[in-house]
Amino acid sequence: MPNFDAWNDQTAQSLIEAHKSKPGALLPILHALQGRFGYVDAGIVPALAKALNLSRAEVHGVISFYHDFRDAPPGAHVVRLCRAEACQAMGNERLITQAKDRLGIDFHETTKDGRFTLEAVYCLGNCSCAPALMIDDKVYGRVDARRLDQLLDGAGKRS
Amino acid sequence: MSTRIFVPGDSSALSVGADEVAERIAAEATRRKLDVTIVRNGSRGLYWLEPMVEVEVKGERIAFGPVAVDDVAGLFDGKFLTGGAHQLRQGPTEEIPYLKKQQRLTFARCGITDPLSLDDYQAHGGYRGLKRGLGLAPDAIVKEVIDSGLRGRGGAGFPTGIKWRTVLATPADQKYIVCNADEGDSGTYSDRMIMEGDPFVLIEGMTIAGLAVGATEGYIYIRSEYPHAFRQMNRAIEIALEGGFLGANVMGSGRAFRLHTRLGAGAYICGEETSLLESLEGKRGQVRPKPPLPAIEGLFGKPTVINNVISLASVPIILDRGAEFYRDFGMGRSRGTLPIQLAGNIKRGGLIELAFGITLRQLIDEFGGGTASGRAFRAVQVGGPLGAYFPTSLLDTPLDYEAFAALKGMLGHGGVVVFDDSVDLAQQARFAMEFCAIESCGKCTPCRIGSTRGVEVIDRIVAGTDVDKNLTVLDDLCETMIDGSLCALGGLTPFPVLSAVKHFPEDFDRAPSRRRTRSAA
Repeated sequence: MPNFDAWNDQTAQSLIEAHKSKPGALLPILHALQGRFGYVDAGIVPALAKALNLSRAEVHGVISFYHDFRDAPPGAHVVRLCRAEACQAMGNERLITQAKDRLGIDFHETTKDGRFTLEAVYCLGNCSCAPALMIDDKVYGRVDARRLDQLLDGAGKRS
Repeated sequence: MSTRIFVPGDSSALSVGADEVAERIAAEATRRKLDVTIVRNGSRGLYWLEPMVEVEVKGERIAFGPVAVDDVAGLFDGKFLTGGAHQLRQGPTEEIPYLKKQQRLTFARCGITDPLSLDDYQAHGGYRGLKRGLGLAPDAIVKEVIDSGLRGRGGAGFPTGIKWRTVLATPADQKYIVCNADEGDSGTYSDRMIMEGDPFVLIEGMTIAGLAVGATEGYIYIRSEYPHAFRQMNRAIEIALEGGFLGANVMGSGRAFRLHTRLGAGAYICGEETSLLESLEGKRGQVRPKPPLPAIEGLFGKPTVINNVISLASVPIILDRGAEFYRDFGMGRSRGTLPIQLAGNIKRGGLIELAFGITLRQLIDEFGGGTASGRAFRAVQVGGPLGAYFPTSLLDTPLDYEAFAALKGMLGHGGVVVFDDSVDLAQQARFAMEFCAIESCGKCTPCRIGSTRGVEVIDRIVAGTDVDKNLTVLDDLCETMIDGSLCALGGLTPFPVLSAVKHFPEDFDRAPSRRRTRSAA
């Protein structure tokens, strides 16, 4: 699932062209860019503004508003730990501490070896199988300390 | 004859290994030369039993769960294809008390059918509502929905049919149906379940809404935390289009309805209807002041019906069975059924669809079986991160919009999150403020600034600094947020905070002198 392409302006431009005629095209374009490259390079803002007849400030305002969009490439795997109430009730704090300690990073950071980016998420809709986390786009439930280690081991090997 | 085996493809079931179980079942059947067909159904919502595998034996489904990959060989040894004994055997699915005691209207098919089979959908009552709707005048459809008493299941509880009536009465060259699938409340997943487990019911509901108000375009705004539901919805829309249930000529009626999906981008505020519309238009998800109502000036400035997934998914059965049938469930002004999501620290968490009126105690004890940890119950938060925390003494409150409002709480989207006695309500109150600070759209000051100040004030209380004084400040701050915020995020964040202070004062009583007394005692 991960394996993002290196940023390429030409490909980016073709993704913009592919989506720009949709009503309310900016979010679909940003998702397409981030889906391909793992982030939205700040250098593409003028091209986005031109394609959608917006100001650069408006485009930047949208990119920075949403938690999902990144301005730098993430690690090979993005680990999202649920911080919301149902997971709190099942001891997610311990898992968060464990993940941070093991990877040596805080939320919104990437490990030095580029393998993992850690993010907080507020609900994955897996509240009856809490605590939950997501690695790339796969959700895991009833996660305990052992399972977290196994999952990080497994993802580490895949990259 | 091939034996049908059902292994849910619901993302919660997948999160605990359903794919691996399905693969192992297929491999084991091949190895034993047994003829099986594996159906990837939605979840029945009995989440503590997931992955729950069902085997169809003489037309009856027998449940086994929770099944781990390593259990599969043993199940085959125990002749589970003929429903044979096994320690994971739960008996006939329909007889499991948790399911049998429910009143499944909106979720009637979820977990039973193959979610992407139009034949299966229609064989189980699907598209009967739309068929009837095609023969009715728009105002007759709207009247049916008004008469059913259906209120918005997203949380606000506004009568769905009234929204529709306004859109119908507003002339325009283009109108829209927008489905709010930005299910951000912690403890809730019913929208996700429907989209994954019975997507055609949502498509049918939106199509009926289109007929009712004269809208030919629909959008489903799905949060990015639900990639699986997003893919499933897209597949279902393609299938419905090919089957002639969407597009230029819906069911040969000559009426058009086109449906699109859009992905959110991790902003809780986009569950608020006006910021969702902004986001759909490609803008920052900032709240719009009302008026104008979205029903008059909504998406791209056009009259727009914006409803939650469950509201729209409840429409087909209302049209099929009639307003009266639906209205006969429930209590007071809360009519019909509510899909309750029982979650958090609970032994048997899952989806429970029941008529309004069941009490929290019945839910937690009879359905939930107590806490998962085995420790004593202490608090329950109903209605997501903006819902109040209730103590044991309020457990006899019935699930009813008005009963909750009277206690300064809300039912919201039907999420019920249970906490055991290890919970610290001061920390929960702090989290409510912190969450609001993270997710505030920034448009209005009480929410943007108030939430940050709220975190700081609670930190001072927890540190034991001028506790009484700071509790007064917190109370005052909450009042400002409630009265001065533009939308429900800032306006309701005080509910979990104030309820925690009111019902669990001991957790805020942090003055150093009292703490000493307490530990001495």
